[in-house]
Amino acid sequence: MSTLNLTANIDRPDDFYADLLALHEGRSKEESDAINARLVLILANHIGDRAILKQALDAAAS
Amino acid sequence: MFDERYALAFKAYPYERNADQDAATPVRHPVVVMGGGPVGIATALDLGRQNIPVVVLDDHEGVGMGSRAICFAKRSLEIADRYGCGERMVDKGVVWNIGKVFHEDRQVFEFNLLPEEGHKFPAFINMQQPYFEQFMIERAFDLQAQGAPIQIRGKNRVEGVEVKDDHVIITILTPDGPYTLEADWLIGCDGANSPLRGMLDLDFTGRVFQDNFLIADIKMINTKFPTERWFWFDPPFKSAGASTLLHKQPDDIWRVDFQIGWDIDRSEEMKEENIRARLDAFLGADVEYELVWSSIYTFQCKRMETFRKGPVIFAGDAAHQVSPFGARGANSGMQDADNLGWKLGLVVANKAPASLIDTYNDERMFGADENILNSTRSTDFITPKSDTSRLFRDAVLHLSERYEFARPLVNSGRLSLPCIYDGSPLNSADALPAGPARTRPGAPCPDAPLGEGYLLALLGDGFTVLALETDVPESLTEGGITAKAVSLSAEDDPSGQLAARYLGDTKSAVYLIRPDQHVAARMATFDEEALRAAIRRATGQEATA
Repeated sequence: MSTLNLTANIDRPDDFYADLLALHEGRSKEESDAINARLVLILANHIGDRAILKQALDAAAS
Repeated sequence: MFDERYALAFKAYPYERNADQDAATPVRHPVVVMGGGPVGIATALDLGRQNIPVVVLDDHEGVGMGSRAICFAKRSLEIADRYGCGERMVDKGVVWNIGKVFHEDRQVFEFNLLPEEGHKFPAFINMQQPYFEQFMIERAFDLQAQGAPIQIRGKNRVEGVEVKDDHVIITILTPDGPYTLEADWLIGCDGANSPLRGMLDLDFTGRVFQDNFLIADIKMINTKFPTERWFWFDPPFKSAGASTLLHKQPDDIWRVDFQIGWDIDRSEEMKEENIRARLDAFLGADVEYELVWSSIYTFQCKRMETFRKGPVIFAGDAAHQVSPFGARGANSGMQDADNLGWKLGLVVANKAPASLIDTYNDERMFGADENILNSTRSTDFITPKSDTSRLFRDAVLHLSERYEFARPLVNSGRLSLPCIYDGSPLNSADALPAGPARTRPGAPCPDAPLGEGYLLALLGDGFTVLALETDVPESLTEGGITAKAVSLSAEDDPSGQLAARYLGDTKSAVYLIRPDQHVAARMATFDEEALRAAIRRATGQEATA
């Protein structure tokens, strides 16, 4: 079974984090929540693998 | 008339009348440095060691009280070592590797800096700033005794400057009254509130952060705390503030930083009973300590539009200011001195055009922007500015307890690394592209062990041609600049770390190294024409292609 990668995997993590925050700058709470929801769905689609997605859902809830 | 702005940790250069005060007409000096802090003294050391006369003007008579900058990075120690006082710093400083990150009521993870092996100096030492300054001042006195043309004048306060095309007229106040000096170059190392910047009405722009930090230096009594860095996001003990940092210094002193918010009553907060209440909440009521020093500070991330205005050059906090997260203040100031020293030395000695000084501006502006970017990001993580920013910050901290992937995103300060001057006009194109990226043109030379000694001791001060596994002549002179050769091979490199850092997968390499130990050019084998061009380029004698 495929396994969710929970080790560090993002190149230049500070740059990514800055991009993520920049995405939300100046947005209302509703706009930000909607962006986050869309982002989860986009990333989930990219992953595709249901087993991985199940593990990710569990990790997020823990 | 001579008010003290701050108390001294120790008096180093008491006021003495100097001959310039009795001169009939103002005496002209090649270089005058305004400010006797770490950057001013480092600049004086750099120039004095090149036999360039330098006068430091300080409005006090020694080193200010208070631990202030406590974290000195490897690169600062390497620079100090080139000046001849790095080893004393490591002997005195505290080396630490373990850090712990806490969120609310629990530890979320622990990390080990795991510094790379094969360097003379550790990644960091913690040490009170007065020691750092003291060791450099004492080194300046040693060099003076050996004839180096360094003068440090206490209680010489710059009251006014008049900037001409090719010199500056400086009015100085002393306890004996005013006098006037002229300088071909005036270096402003007069700190974040730079009076010189004010006198010239130069802009200092950027972000102001609405937060106060309370520093308490405490001496532990009958308690052993481990030599670790503790950073606490949202500590559960409310009076400890929105974040708290605990860090060890020499002499059993601990630095505690409390982030205490914007709307505070400063004089209330500075009362010992109130500081103790915060400390007791953080450390537990049973821990006994003595309060050694405390201060409240705010910070800004700002820089000047340009670090050079004609014959006036700014360095250190006077030129750029960052938040304290990441220890990028004093450490970047040391890199300023390291970068400026050799360029100014060559220009004063008429071995390079004055335009070489503009590359100080190019390279250190690049460094300042990198430092401001990193310290701003850390500040935004530590004190999120919006609800969404806080949501992600808390999610990262939450995940970091269980999942390793989130830990690189936790940002309580990205510790200062030396700047790689990619794109500098002094770099020659990389003629060894298969070589290690870390030693590409513009990079600071990483140290490497050579049996008994270390590589960096062989590099710097002048230009060096470093040859690995290939032959080069003993020296090469171009445009009045002589580069001496250092030839090394596998037998000098028992650990293989020299080869790993400078050869990678290539068989041989020739590096041109600048006086500040940055790479100017590299190639596989000796190419005389290319090296001559690289020397001209690295000394500003060849316009950018």
